[in-house]
Amino acid sequence: MGKSFSTPKSLSDNYTHYCPGCTHGIAHRLVAQAIDELGIAGRTVGIAPVGCAVLAYNYFTCDFQEAAHGRAPAMATGIKRVRPDLIVFTYQGDGDLASIGMGEIIHAANRGEKFTTIFINNAIYGMTGGQMAPTTMPGQRATTAPAGRDTDQTGMPIRMANLLKELVTPGYITRQALLNPKQINKAKKAIKKAFEYQVEGKCFSFVELISTCPTNWGLTPVDALKWAEDTLLPYYELGDYKVPE
Amino acid sequence: MAKVLMKGNEAIGEAAIRAGCKNYFAYPITPQSEVAEYLAKRMPEVDGVFLQGESEVAVGYMIFGASACGERVMTTSSSPGVSLMGEAISYISAAQCPAVFVNIMRGGPGLGGILPSQGDYFQATKGGGHGDYHLLVLAPDGVQEAVEMTMKAFGLAEKYRGPVMILGDGLIGQMMEPVEFPDDLMTEPSNKDDWATSGMDTRKSDKRNLVRSLFLDPKELNDNNLALKAKYEQMKKEEVLYEGYNTDTDYKVLIVSYGTMSRVCKTSIDMMKQDGIEVGLLRPKSLFPFPEDAVFKASTKESCQSVISIEMSMGQMVEDVERCVKGQRKVDFYGECGGDIPTPEKIIEIIKGLL
Repeated sequence: MGKSFSTPKSLSDNYTHYCPGCTHGIAHRLVAQAIDELGIAGRTVGIAPVGCAVLAYNYFTCDFQEAAHGRAPAMATGIKRVRPDLIVFTYQGDGDLASIGMGEIIHAANRGEKFTTIFINNAIYGMTGGQMAPTTMPGQRATTAPAGRDTDQTGMPIRMANLLKELVTPGYITRQALLNPKQINKAKKAIKKAFEYQVEGKCFSFVELISTCPTNWGLTPVDALKWAEDTLLPYYELGDYKVPE
Repeated sequence: MAKVLMKGNEAIGEAAIRAGCKNYFAYPITPQSEVAEYLAKRMPEVDGVFLQGESEVAVGYMIFGASACGERVMTTSSSPGVSLMGEAISYISAAQCPAVFVNIMRGGPGLGGILPSQGDYFQATKGGGHGDYHLLVLAPDGVQEAVEMTMKAFGLAEKYRGPVMILGDGLIGQMMEPVEFPDDLMTEPSNKDDWATSGMDTRKSDKRNLVRSLFLDPKELNDNNLALKAKYEQMKKEEVLYEGYNTDTDYKVLIVSYGTMSRVCKTSIDMMKQDGIEVGLLRPKSLFPFPEDAVFKASTKESCQSVISIEMSMGQMVEDVERCVKGQRKVDFYGECGGDIPTPEKIIEIIKGLL
């Protein structure tokens, strides 16, 4: 009997720099599994964001580029336009994608660029130390919102999947979560589906992943999962927002 | 090959194609939009890529992504747009990817105007983006040279694995002149397998490539900056370009001027010659690397009493001229930068004031 569980070939065995309880590791693994299962590692180029995942290339074994803050979708556009045979994914957090990179993601999605975006939504800036993100929940404390997010001043959290689904251009837009094994299995399927659409040259594909940041939320990993279930999921509803015909 | 009459902007677009560049990303801005309009039509004819990005910020990164795959790629813009690309240019320089940027300068700062200017000399040669980097900057004085410099830029970008900038002005973009596209300026693309993220299958390799500009380890970052510095030192040895005009005479005044401005200066020099006044011109064709030795030698010729930098700016290149003259001669400056180009008569008046 062969091994039933092993490290994906597209993942390296480097020690992680992510904090205990962080869900980046799960997301990395799911992406690597999809790459392995589709047999596309040799023609895949990943794009790392600015944020906690800036060093994502230390964990993936395929070609990688490192973007400036928020610009990964523009870089992915550049790659796919000149090398449509390559499989390209951006891996971005919420500060990167929903704040400074809002213009790039909207326009790339609207052009129907044939790449895949993995969007980690943990409702906070991680690497810079817990500042408020566009996705931070009302009342949620952040280092730049010490009394909690005041929506009179900063508006309501941006729901990227909901926003992108409104574009008329066809695309695959889904929101999944990484808070329990059942959700993780569904997320795995969604990520694979997103890459499949790209391999078929069908459409832009976007997988938002509700994730945790125990360190900057000031919670234990277990409490962080519970807080995300109770606070994030009612606002960030899971499911497919748009599926190509 | 026969000469054809072309507008500068269109000729730059055609030059890119003739140089083997089949990838072009841009955002419209006056006075260079004709490059994009020309290539929107031409790129599909050669199975090339044309894409109008949503902003110059995004275009800068489309260039980065494409160049990091090892593909020949170009963008064109004008001053305010190049400011927005400054971020990407810094990243591309740090990550050591070849790319060609064309700046058809208009007046600034701010929105400035849409008429010709040389106000981006500092931006092009001293910075623009953050960090320790330089661009190799070539400054054409007309449509033919714009074509030749654009064609050569791709090979130079690959030789130095970094961005090359063509720094023209609105007049060069807008005027029509007869041009030819020399076939011998087309260079074969270099082998990029040891660095480009072209896909491991493409390279038939198990070794992945990584294009990055983050070096958290101080020694690694210092080493990367030393590698960049070594390239700039090599450029100073191998890529200096300049032209002397009327410099075989016993000129009393040396003009240093580049681009469109230098052509007006040549007319002034010819007119003054008829009156028996000899004036020399040193025209930098490469602004980085700057022709330091040539400026020093021309300015310290025994007959030469003073040096003047004439620019369509408020005085930018003059700082480099002063640096190169090393205090051996008085260095003056004259410039206009509202969009009106100084006339030959005006320059003669200024020169006569120095005599």
